Amino acid sequence: MAELKLTGVSKIYGGGIEVLKDINLDIQQGELVVFVGPSGCGKSTLLRMIAGLETISDGTLEIDGVRVNDMPPSQRGIAMVFQSYALYPHMTVRENMAFALKIAGKSKAEINASIETAARTLQLEPYLDRLPKALSGGQRQRVAIGRSIVREPKVFLFDEPLSNLDASLRVATRIEIAQLKEQMPDSTMVYVTHDQVEAMTLASRIVVLNNKGISQVGTPLELYKTPKNEFVACFIGSPAMNLLAGKITGTGETTTVQLDGGGVATSNVPTLDSDQGAHVNIGVRPEDLYATEPNANGASLYSGEVSFTEALGEVTLLYMDNNGEALTAKFIGIHMGLRGNTVALSAAPDNVHLFQEGLSMLHRAQRS
Amino acid sequence: MSGIAGQRSSLAWVVNLSVVFLVLLWLFPTVGLLISSLRTADQISNSGWWSALSTQESQRSPVRIGGDEQDTDSGVAITGTLFDLDGVDISAWGTSSRRPNEFAPGDTAELKDGQTLSVQADGTYQFTAPESQEGKRLPRVFSTATTPPEFTLDNYNTMLFGGGSSSISKAFLNTFTVTIPATIIPILFAAFAAYALAWMEFPGRAILIAVVVALLVVPLQLALIPLLKFHNAIGIGKGYMGVWLAHTGFGLPLAIYLLRNYMVGLPRDIIENARVDGANEFRIFTRIVLPLSFPALASFAIFQFLWTWNDLLVARVFLIDSTGQTTVMTNHIVELLGTRGGNWEILATAAFVSIAVPLVVFFAMQKYLVRGLLAGSMK
Amino acid sequence: MSPILQAVLVITLGVGLSVGYFWLSNLILDNVLFPAKGINAGRNINLANAVRPWLFLFPAFAAMGLYLAYPVFETLRLSLIDRDKADAFVGLANYRQMMDEPKFWEALKNNFLWLLVVPAASTLMGLLIAQLTDRLRWGNIAKALIFMPMAISFVGASVIWKLVYDARPEGTEQIGVLNALYTFFTSNSPEVWLTVPFWNNFLLMIVLIWIQTGFAMVILSAALRGIPEETIEAAVVDGAGPLRIFFRIKMPQITSTIIVVWTTITITVLKVFDIVFAMTNGQWQTQVLANYMFDKLFRANDWGVGSAAAMVIMLLVLPILIWNVVSARRELR
Repeated sequence: MAELKLTGVSKIYGGGIEVLKDINLDIQQGELVVFVGPSGCGKSTLLRMIAGLETISDGTLEIDGVRVNDMPPSQRGIAMVFQSYALYPHMTVRENMAFALKIAGKSKAEINASIETAARTLQLEPYLDRLPKALSGGQRQRVAIGRSIVREPKVFLFDEPLSNLDASLRVATRIEIAQLKEQMPDSTMVYVTHDQVEAMTLASRIVVLNNKGISQVGTPLELYKTPKNEFVACFIGSPAMNLLAGKITGTGETTTVQLDGGGVATSNVPTLDSDQGAHVNIGVRPEDLYATEPNANGASLYSGEVSFTEALGEVTLLYMDNNGEALTAKFIGIHMGLRGNTVALSAAPDNVHLFQEGLSMLHRAQRS
Repeated sequence: MSGIAGQRSSLAWVVNLSVVFLVLLWLFPTVGLLISSLRTADQISNSGWWSALSTQESQRSPVRIGGDEQDTDSGVAITGTLFDLDGVDISAWGTSSRRPNEFAPGDTAELKDGQTLSVQADGTYQFTAPESQEGKRLPRVFSTATTPPEFTLDNYNTMLFGGGSSSISKAFLNTFTVTIPATIIPILFAAFAAYALAWMEFPGRAILIAVVVALLVVPLQLALIPLLKFHNAIGIGKGYMGVWLAHTGFGLPLAIYLLRNYMVGLPRDIIENARVDGANEFRIFTRIVLPLSFPALASFAIFQFLWTWNDLLVARVFLIDSTGQTTVMTNHIVELLGTRGGNWEILATAAFVSIAVPLVVFFAMQKYLVRGLLAGSMK
Repeated sequence: MSPILQAVLVITLGVGLSVGYFWLSNLILDNVLFPAKGINAGRNINLANAVRPWLFLFPAFAAMGLYLAYPVFETLRLSLIDRDKADAFVGLANYRQMMDEPKFWEALKNNFLWLLVVPAASTLMGLLIAQLTDRLRWGNIAKALIFMPMAISFVGASVIWKLVYDARPEGTEQIGVLNALYTFFTSNSPEVWLTVPFWNNFLLMIVLIWIQTGFAMVILSAALRGIPEETIEAAVVDGAGPLRIFFRIKMPQITSTIIVVWTTITITVLKVFDIVFAMTNGQWQTQVLANYMFDKLFRANDWGVGSAAAMVIMLLVLPILIWNVVSARRELR
């Protein structure tokens, strides 16, 4: 079980196309780190570089303090679970699991013992002598995981392992993976997904990748509560955080922002006197908005017409419009008949984020 | 579109009938050869093969009567039947080629020296003579008769087991001798190369693939003289070794092309997983790629088998020498066409024996053949 | 040694040697030259992986180089020298000699006739049958039967068709279907069809069309199946009839396949030898290039002119070769 350290890692494909640039990351033993990001952000490439399936163009990758840039995959002590499971179709489940162990020169008894243990953990015992094509999607996924467990790797790598499963099975398997992680508290896992629910539920830390680099690293709640920049703010949480443009009119421990759309927002993010008059974006999550009466000076955060609603049962989504400035709000419960009405909204100062030029002003305050 | 409502069924009839017509048109020539190979030389040359299927009236080839003599009051008698067939109906007969229809069935013909001959409609005859005919030529009977369809395997018997100059048994074995190694050897070479071209990274890969595509269409006519010279220079001259090597060389581009196209389609994840599992390239190839490529291997094997079995040119140039000991089926048939061009019972049988093996392979493994064709031409 | 024994030996040796070669060379590469151990493990593994492809490629490419690539250049050289003058370079003399022969022009003319007729006829017939059998319940059986001639050798097919074209003297019963029909319907005397100049070319072509139609049909049939069902259903909903669907919806979607089929048959036509050799051997003005070349090489023993004729075939194939390479490269990208 191991630590993973990436220093200045870059990936440039032939032809000069740069996919990843200067990635620095420390992964501690026992962590489950999830890479998320929009498609094409290089999260799978980064995982494959850790696996040794892609060469590292620049920088170093260390596993347990040993530089492994030039090591072939099999010697890095990693195991990988592929999106397509990548089971060998002409081998039975048992043979699939035994393949790597045989190559490693393990004895028959050792191989059988490991397979039995893994099969018991994953409830695969009845299927050991079947071919992969005789298994369901979920079972195949478990075989793929079992095949990585028997190798007792230092690092487990998961490449979007749930995206080929249907919705209900995905939830079940997600819980299984979480339980598996609990059974193996010392194992290090790296997990790539584009599904933020998977990221939020499984991760001990999330790495958000965007624009060739790391946008933010943190626990799921850190990312939710204190996103470092607009990208992370909008990427984590669904529906995405609302961003409204405005100008700072009051600074200090709390900040007042006069919004371009006419509203006024108060945030608990501290600002300096020099920020007076600065153009900023405020960020408010749809679930943090509540309906309010426009007060005497007309200073609600936002006021607009409900152009469309979606009733999901436990919540209702309101799509609002104020002279072209759109906003989404999420109200608990069922709210019928709001469409076409004008509604004023506010948010608690704790829940109003401030971004200047895309970066969080809270983090700026912490930096300085 | 069978599920679409309101379609006219008359169109379906037209389609069905035209396909029936086309299929019959396509089968007709082959069936003709097959039926001809099951008829006797006389039947083939006297009537079209299509008439062999029905009862028909035709002039039969002359039959010389013969058999044991029995003593009777007035000399000797011979009885027998003209044809070894049921359902014959003779309408007229005679004893000379000038007047083959002189007598009606049941008539008694007066021959020279007091001999008599009578033939019944069913082909039985009675011959009488005043004295023993021992050592003399008995008369021939010409007849016109209606006979039911009749087929015989005699031609096959003669051609396969009869010996003689037109026997094809040797050519048959020789063809197998050429075909089997010429099918197996290129597969191995090609499989390794195809794997490298499909799954290994190295500079110049794209160029090598282009080279394979180019060699795919190089006419092998160009290779004849240079390679014959080469074979003579290295001392293998004309013979099996030469033809095996030649077929291997000529088959490789298609083999590599087919196999590479197939292997490229194997899931990348599986091969990468094997790499993560610690398998080296040799093991990935033998344990993962080769078993998974079985359909492509089978397609190519069928192609190469059909091609080498049916080949005439390569065998003539690289194998067959003046001794004639190493002839193959195709060449044997061409020679029969030259020397026995009119003997359809020989030609048809030889041709059908040579066709039979590929046809069996064809119908048994059509799935793989079609798959290979598609992989080879649809990109 | 009996040939069969020799064949078994060659199979065992060939398989054994090639497997041995691959196994041993890999073993040496991984364990002796660049062992994956010690301080240089990583570097050695990368080195071994750089060398390995060439180990895999070597036998096949050596064989292809020797048996296909080298002969192209050697034939070119042979076509420019004269064997009777101690291999002296004679420039284009062989080509000039060839061009002075009427038989060459006859062969060239016939070859173009073949090129014009056979690919077109086979592709069209194949397309027709593919479309007709597409929705037929017994379509697969029909296709298998029409596809069957693909398995038959050109020589075997020649015998089959020679029987069709067979002629018997007037007054006796005709055993060839063609003459039987001809005498039955026209009451003319039977023709020895294969000796009727010009038209006999078409009789030979029919043999190849008979064989190649199955090939075209199989591939075009798969292409028709590959057309997204939705596009056809959309056309049906739009009110298009079967003919319009075929020409306006299906045909445009399989154009590239039609081209591939056409060129593949074109190459087969350029190389056609066995059929002419077995049926007429180029007599009665049915000569084609491949047979002409064979004649020059092995009967007249004139390597110069024979090689020149081979180069002409190569020249005719060249545009297709270039087109294939270009489109293959486009796909790789």
